[in-house]
Amino acid sequence: MGKARAAAARRKGPGAPAGAPGGRARPNPNPFEVKVNRQKFPVLGRKARHAVGQPGVSRARAVQKRTQTLLKEYRERDKSNIFTDKRFGEYSSNMSSEEKMVRRFALEQQRQHEKKSIYNLNEDEELTHCGQSLADIEKHNDIVDSDSDPEERGTLSAELTAAHFGGGGGLLHKKTPPQQGGEEEKPRSRRELIEELIAKSKQEKRERQAQREGALELTEKLDQDWKEIQTLLTHRTPKSENRDKKEHPKPDAYDMMVRELGLERKAQPSNRMKTEEELAKEKQDRLQKLEAARLRRMRGEDEAGDARKPKHLSADDLNDSFVLDKDNRRLLSYTDGKMSIKEEQSGEASDGESEEEQGEDPSDEDPGDSSDPEGHSDLESDAGSEEDRGWPDREPRQAPGKRMTSDGHKAREPAKTELPYTFAAPESYEELKSLLSGKTMEEQLVVVERIQTCNHPSLAMGNKAKLEKLFGFLLEYVGDLATDDPPELRVIDKLVVQLYNLCQMFPDSASSSIKFVLRDAMHELEGAIEAGGRAVFPGLDVLVYLKIAGMLFPASDFRHPVVTPALVCMSQLLTKCPVLSLQDVVKGLFVCCVFLDYVSLSRRFIPELINFLLGILYVATPNKHGHGYTLVHPFRASGKNSELLLVSDQEDTATWQRRGLSLGWAGGRKAQTKTEANHTRLSCLAVCLALVKRCVLLYGPLPSFHTIMRPLRALLTEHLADCGHPPELQELCQSALADMEKQEQCCRPLVCEKSKPLPLKLFTPRLVRVLEFGKKQGSSKEEQERKRLIHKHKREFKGAVREIRRDNQFLARMQLSETLERDAERKRKVKQLFNSLATQEGEWKALKRKKFKK
Amino acid sequence: MERDPGPEGARRALGRLLEAVLASRGEANAVFDILAVLQAEDPEETQEAVRACSRLFGALLERGELFVGRLPSEDSVMAGSQGATRKYKVWMRHRYHSCCNRLQELLAHPSFEVKELALSTLMKFVQLEGAYPLEKPKWDGCYLFPRQLFKAVVEGLLSPENDCSLLLSRFQGYLEHDDIRYHVMRAATDVVGRVADRYPEVPLTFWNNTFTLLSAVSLPRQECSFSTFYVKHVELSSTWKVVHLKEHRKAFQLMWLGFLRHKLPLSLYKKVLVVMHDSILPHLAQPSLMIDFLTRAYDVGGAISLLALNGLFVLIHQHNLEYPDFYRKLYGLLDPSVFHVKYRARFFHLADLFLSSSHLPAYLVAAFAKRLSRLALTAPPEALLMVLPFICNLLRRHPACRVLVHRPLGPELDADPYDPEEEDPAKSRALESSLWELQALQRHYHPEVSQAASVINQALSVPEVSIAPLLDLTAFEVFERDLKKKGQESVPLEFIPAQGLLGRQDDLCAQHFTLS
Repeated sequence: MGKARAAAARRKGPGAPAGAPGGRARPNPNPFEVKVNRQKFPVLGRKARHAVGQPGVSRARAVQKRTQTLLKEYRERDKSNIFTDKRFGEYSSNMSSEEKMVRRFALEQQRQHEKKSIYNLNEDEELTHCGQSLADIEKHNDIVDSDSDPEERGTLSAELTAAHFGGGGGLLHKKTPPQQGGEEEKPRSRRELIEELIAKSKQEKRERQAQREGALELTEKLDQDWKEIQTLLTHRTPKSENRDKKEHPKPDAYDMMVRELGLERKAQPSNRMKTEEELAKEKQDRLQKLEAARLRRMRGEDEAGDARKPKHLSADDLNDSFVLDKDNRRLLSYTDGKMSIKEEQSGEASDGESEEEQGEDPSDEDPGDSSDPEGHSDLESDAGSEEDRGWPDREPRQAPGKRMTSDGHKAREPAKTELPYTFAAPESYEELKSLLSGKTMEEQLVVVERIQTCNHPSLAMGNKAKLEKLFGFLLEYVGDLATDDPPELRVIDKLVVQLYNLCQMFPDSASSSIKFVLRDAMHELEGAIEAGGRAVFPGLDVLVYLKIAGMLFPASDFRHPVVTPALVCMSQLLTKCPVLSLQDVVKGLFVCCVFLDYVSLSRRFIPELINFLLGILYVATPNKHGHGYTLVHPFRASGKNSELLLVSDQEDTATWQRRGLSLGWAGGRKAQTKTEANHTRLSCLAVCLALVKRCVLLYGPLPSFHTIMRPLRALLTEHLADCGHPPELQELCQSALADMEKQEQCCRPLVCEKSKPLPLKLFTPRLVRVLEFGKKQGSSKEEQERKRLIHKHKREFKGAVREIRRDNQFLARMQLSETLERDAERKRKVKQLFNSLATQEGEWKALKRKKFKK
Repeated sequence: MERDPGPEGARRALGRLLEAVLASRGEANAVFDILAVLQAEDPEETQEAVRACSRLFGALLERGELFVGRLPSEDSVMAGSQGATRKYKVWMRHRYHSCCNRLQELLAHPSFEVKELALSTLMKFVQLEGAYPLEKPKWDGCYLFPRQLFKAVVEGLLSPENDCSLLLSRFQGYLEHDDIRYHVMRAATDVVGRVADRYPEVPLTFWNNTFTLLSAVSLPRQECSFSTFYVKHVELSSTWKVVHLKEHRKAFQLMWLGFLRHKLPLSLYKKVLVVMHDSILPHLAQPSLMIDFLTRAYDVGGAISLLALNGLFVLIHQHNLEYPDFYRKLYGLLDPSVFHVKYRARFFHLADLFLSSSHLPAYLVAAFAKRLSRLALTAPPEALLMVLPFICNLLRRHPACRVLVHRPLGPELDADPYDPEEEDPAKSRALESSLWELQALQRHYHPEVSQAASVINQALSVPEVSIAPLLDLTAFEVFERDLKKKGQESVPLEFIPAQGLLGRQDDLCAQHFTLS
């Protein structure tokens, strides 16, 4: 069968040698040759491949093929010489005989044109260029070739060949007579002739050499001269330009111009300078882009394709020098007051950049009012346009610090001058601490600044790791500062900027350090809860960390590796830590503020915060159990601290003025007089009310806003009823309540989103791609492929075996027929012999009979 | 008697006295000296004396040199004309008696070593007395146990004045013996009754001690042959009460009922209720006797109600208790503190069980769902992660309640028709309402809570979400999970530059706080 298929495939070829009758009989087969395989039952969709066949035809074809190949081989099995037919295209089937003839003719022609001998150089076809022989052109070319001059060889060749090989004796004789006729009559011998020839050629050679040397000498001289002139030129141009200008202003300038014009790189098309508006627009665009990315993250949309924002940031913000430049300038604005003094003392020593700025600064502005505009412009440049309304207020806060340090500066002058300019990056926290301890705020900043500058990642290989570590150390240092008594919050305030910059450079390590401190804090809290059943409010450091985390990372993200744990941490602080003192209240309110700052953009709902505010409001009222609210965990309806914020002193109430709560006080200092405590209480209440108001604004659009606010409202009404509060607080209460009332409630019934209707189960057949019939459909594609290959191999193997068997049968048949033939021949010969013998005998007998007769 | 001062001297002196008493009856009066040392100030000396007593009376008990039978008064015997041996025995038995009394007093000694030693000595006496009974058996094979002595020991342990928890934990070792356990139960019942009668206001320490002892008693779950006896017996007779688990259960029940009959302090109620379902109810002969106690506790409110729920569940589930208005009370238990108490996991586990029935009316389930989602507005994230699937499960079980999250073509309302103040779930009109609270929680700050709340936006999937792994979720676990969550490779950064600790001018921190 396999062969049949192979034959069928071959049938398509036009020049197939299958001249068998079957090949041509295809369109109208002999009905007696057709064999039909009857199918027992028809299967739909299955192609019956071997329904009809012509066994006779295919067998004949097979036999023919074997006679052509196998039989031939068999017959030639004992022959060792091989006949190769090298006629072009003799066995190629895809060439017509005409084509073959043409090609053969072409080849013949080619063969004739081939060089007769490889030693014959001159029988090449003449190559031409523009109708001129290339050889002629070469003659005009005055390339001085050292030894083998082709043109000479051309002239000499005849003589030389004649002399050496003696072939052209006649030629020589024909040529020489006119030359020699003038000198000597006597015909010279062959030897003399050759000697003369050699002498002549030697002389010619010598002459040529002399000529060449002369030319070389001349060129060398020329070169020398030129060099002299050139050195003169080059010596003069750069150095003595001015003088030259005075002496010969015109030609020099002209030369310069020419050279400049000639040598100048062509101007690249560049972006034009941008106008103010364009710059602003670009900035705005960038911010918009970032904001869009932030919003996307806030909504928690698919974050996979959202790696753009950080990349973008890094392209923009991690422009390394930019960040540091900015820092330097900022730093200068702080050290402004000291600058003049510093310049006198250590004018030279300071590094390049600051020197430049120093050189500019004092010249045009006096130190008195320099601080304001200078600092302002600097800040503007790095803080961005949208924040600058915030800065004038901050300015006075910084100003006293500056003045103070400039006052105290003289005392510390020696220390100041000792401050080195390069710092190795600290390897451990202790190192950093020893670097920073005992220094003023400004000095600490300078040190941190310089550590960063000296170890900038672009300067050396390991600097990146060093600075990454620096972030962790700084964070630890900040924590230490916050736990100090009193906490040095101002230093932290400044260090935050450094932390931000470092974080922009190394987001990954920064996030892991923050995570680490947060985990620490949570561990402590968890430990306290497990040990004592309740926790206490943590130190200021944890609060500072939480605040910093919110500033370094986008707090509005739906899910963020740092912000989300920080949120959980704050939630724990608000639910697990009972409020035992006024400091706890302040801390709790700070956490509330941080919490609300986190969600200020995303406007997310914080149940714990509402509970906490409710508790704070509750402890500010005299305990009479009101209706409509229930306190939850950290607060108790009655007990020791249930009237913590209640102020009963009328005088204190009257003298109270609203001020911001002091974070530093919450961190450590204890001493507070009774009046102060009362004032703090009222301030806490004020902050709490402000936060309530903020919550009302923030959560107004939430669907069950009124349910959420119901307890708060009940307590606020209670507060209002209690008239002991200062008017300002009353007003706050009033406005918060009014805001609550304003929010209108709409209770639209919930409706699920329409989900796609599930398709009904239908009994349509499951369609499977069938690769091969009669085979199991393997599960996976590889499996299927493997099975297919195995199957194919098996079939091929069977086919091969069958072929071999048939070949053997064929051979056996052939051998048999040979033997038979041989036997028949022998028989015939024997018969012939007998015949002749019989004839002979007959003749002899006849002769004998004749004799008898005679 | 002259002796060297200090415990070493006392030891030697006591040793001498002991040998003398044991050697001859003539030296019997030395017993007084030994007993006198029991009163010593120095705890070391007291200990020596206790040891000496232990050896002395232990030996005497083994020798049978103590009077057996009903003890006549000392004077009458001394005055009477019985034999010298009988006189000696009666006299010695009296000394033994006074020694035991003294040892019982020593159980309240300030020094723990003395207390412990006294206890072990008394228990040794109990063992010996059980083996060599001091009373005549009424019939052959009658079970004898030194009940008087043992009751004195238990009384000493359940002191109304001192906290004996240490001594009780020491005593727990003896409770492994079946006979000791049985008699402790009997004795404790007695003692509790007597002490409660004696004091108008029973001190807290007594209740604490009693509870410690009572909760240490644990019966075997299945009937098995009691064989670990403290007092050695040659053979056990099946007529003895002490070998039957049924009798043990009766005693156990009597003991607890006697204990719980009294007015207990609130903290003790909690402790009892915590162990109620696990280690008390299964061992009672008639668990339904606890119904009164549990219903009363259930009515108390707050955490105690939550705890009583568990016991009640066992009774309802296994003992056919019909509890009127059970679900109404369960509904009443739901208040904001549910999410903040220690027993949150236990409560929600039970609530899940109670509400798992598919035969509950829809209004009831709707009321629960609505109430829970109301409370969810004040819950911390770890509780929310548990309660949101809980609510969704309720809606899944009761398709009639799905109108709470899916009410197409419903009229727009001015206010939530649900009445949170109504105590009866039937009248709370929860079915007319919708779970807007969950919609609000979709804006929760924690991403997982927000996602859990967003489930209601789609049609609820059919399989319930198992809340078992969420019950014990703590905030710390949530925090750790968030920390470990791998997000995208790079951490997004804030693009607005930081300016200072308090942030920008319009930040709340900057508005309300100063650094100084």
